[in-house]
Amino acid sequence: MNALQVERVTKRYTNHTALDQVSLSVPEKSIFGLLGPNGAGKTTLIRIINQIISLDEGTITIFNERLHENHISVIGYLPEERGLYKKLKVGEQLLYLAQLKGLNRKEAQTRIKAWLQKFDILDWTGKKVEDLSKGMAQKVQFISTVMHEPKLIILDEPFSGFDPVNANLIRDEILELKEKGSTIIFSTHRMETVEELCDHIVLINKSKKILEGPKKEIKNNYKSFTFAVDHIGSFQLNGGNYEMIHQNKVEENTYRSLVRMKSPGNPNDLLKQLIEITEVHSFIEKVPSMNEIFIQLVKGGSDE
Amino acid sequence: MNKTWLIIQREFLNRVQKKSFLVATILIPLIFPVIMAVLIYVAKVQKENARKPVVHLVDEGNYLNINDTSRFIFKKFNGSIEDAKRAFSESDDFGLLHVPQINVFNPAGVTLYTKVNPGPGEVSDLESKIENKIKDIKMLRFKIDQKILDSLKTSVDIRSVTLSESGQEKASDTKVLFAIGMVGGIMIYIFIFVYGAQIMQGVIEEKMSKIVEVIVSSVRPFQLMTGKIIGLASVGILQFLIWIVLISTLSSLVLGYFGMSAPQMEMMNQANEQMANVPEYDPQLMSIMETVNQIPFTYIIFNFLFFFLGGYLLYGALFAAVGSAVDSPAEAQQFMFPITIPMLISYFALFTFILDDPHGPISVWLSIIPFTSPIAMMGRIGFGVPAWQLALSMVSLIGGFILTTWIAGRIYRVGILMHGTKVNYKVLAKWFMMKG
Repeated sequence: MNALQVERVTKRYTNHTALDQVSLSVPEKSIFGLLGPNGAGKTTLIRIINQIISLDEGTITIFNERLHENHISVIGYLPEERGLYKKLKVGEQLLYLAQLKGLNRKEAQTRIKAWLQKFDILDWTGKKVEDLSKGMAQKVQFISTVMHEPKLIILDEPFSGFDPVNANLIRDEILELKEKGSTIIFSTHRMETVEELCDHIVLINKSKKILEGPKKEIKNNYKSFTFAVDHIGSFQLNGGNYEMIHQNKVEENTYRSLVRMKSPGNPNDLLKQLIEITEVHSFIEKVPSMNEIFIQLVKGGSDE
Repeated sequence: MNKTWLIIQREFLNRVQKKSFLVATILIPLIFPVIMAVLIYVAKVQKENARKPVVHLVDEGNYLNINDTSRFIFKKFNGSIEDAKRAFSESDDFGLLHVPQINVFNPAGVTLYTKVNPGPGEVSDLESKIENKIKDIKMLRFKIDQKILDSLKTSVDIRSVTLSESGQEKASDTKVLFAIGMVGGIMIYIFIFVYGAQIMQGVIEEKMSKIVEVIVSSVRPFQLMTGKIIGLASVGILQFLIWIVLISTLSSLVLGYFGMSAPQMEMMNQANEQMANVPEYDPQLMSIMETVNQIPFTYIIFNFLFFFLGGYLLYGALFAAVGSAVDSPAEAQQFMFPITIPMLISYFALFTFILDDPHGPISVWLSIIPFTSPIAMMGRIGFGVPAWQLALSMVSLIGGFILTTWIAGRIYRVGILMHGTKVNYKVLAKWFMMKG
């Protein structure tokens, strides 16, 4: 089952189209990366899913149900533009936000206590948010997002503004939530996060989806069959399926070469051939990073 | 609906738990009686110690007796005006009045010399003294007896009674009704601005602290806006009711201390019921008491609350829309102008037309148009408003706030999510037209 299914969703504003026939599916219990440059339409899509704004065309289904007002309690949303009531105490604040998500008072109080205990910040309950440090406030913010145990968690640039310690804490928490069965959608520019956490990704550029699939598959598809070889002594590669991209002298008599297969083939064959002509010290396939794929696709798009 | 209720509660508690609310709610009713007490005390002391200013009189034709008026003490100077001027400039006295030999049918040349500019009241006091004297002289010339002259002087105090269709008589004293209209109108004006500004501030705070997107992922923007407006309205009503109780208790205490004690008032009321023209009482005070007794306070308070709420909701929605459109209170100024204008118009109209002529066409129309009606109707309410006008005004006020809330809601839902946009009226119109 898909946690979220977006089908041919279009959103138009007076002067531009924010989303143009975007479709995507988020598998249940996965961590899903929603990628794209600024202004691509990510936030618009997220706001539509959260029913903050409406769509012009298309359909959205959540756990096989058409998007409905009751889904508010199923979704936990951490917006990119986020904050808390500065004058309100931590406990009151969390209680209010939980009640707005549909939790009853008693249940909310129990959960708030459990979460504050978990983050070891129970003694902040009576503190006003304006008296907290930024890192403390971020923890409170995160609790407010997941407190009602949403099955679908949408995090828009979750790590922006988090210090490394809190970022790690939140990352562990996200992985734990996934283990417990939640589906998590990330919207981010930070490719290291995507590389590390996401199972599936979709790339949106200029209001259109340009790429979707499991991260592994995408990386395979964008493999250029290029290999970095460290070796002793210079050599030439001519003809056949192999092409020398460049060769650097690293130290005296030690070289690094970048070799590409012209058509997909078995790396062992290449290695065999290399062993015959040089002394190989290392042989590594250059797998493209998400960052490279992202830049390649987005730049390619803007050249049109 | 349940969520709107949560927001109303939250907003209510947020304000009521603030120290500033406690301070304002308790201090303002204390301040009013204190100011009242101080003023009454000062006036009393001043009256006791006051010395009337002295006016030197050079009366060449011996027209005036030198009886003091309510304002002045006269000091007759026998000698030439030149000597009088010299003597006057050496003294500390207020003025020198020179009445030359005059033709009573065309009096000219009466001059008042003073060291500072005299007020119009002071001049007219002297004028009427001379006019009366000249009148007497003329009467004598027409051979009218002094006794007849004296008996011509009468003092009339009109007792004003409104006669309702059912033939019921009601005493009215326009001064009391004027005061009710003025106080009611000013209070509505202040309440709308104070609470409207709080709505705007609250919206801007939510936008600046960026909590708003978190909230609108749980509730509809319209629920958030109306919840905020209604929450603050309930704070306003609570504050108003506390004030009424505190002010009326404290004021009667203060008045009691200065001799207008409640038991005495009761006595007057009883006397009043027995017979309206009991000769021992000052007729003016009688008419005030009579009017106060007959003012339907519940009717006025009900209407005050209705027009306060209606006006507050009408303007509150607009304040919310302005708050949603801007990123800081300073930016809000540019949009305040169109909101302030109808309020100012009705405020000034209150003093220029409405209280003067509560049943004139301008007053009637201002009290029916929803943007001006809350203040204008308060000005008229004491004087008696025909039922159909009151009903029309109420209906159009309800219609008015539904309209402004709808318009504001459309701007608000877009505005709260916009950061760092340069907003002008064209942009607001665009937001208004935008689909969900």
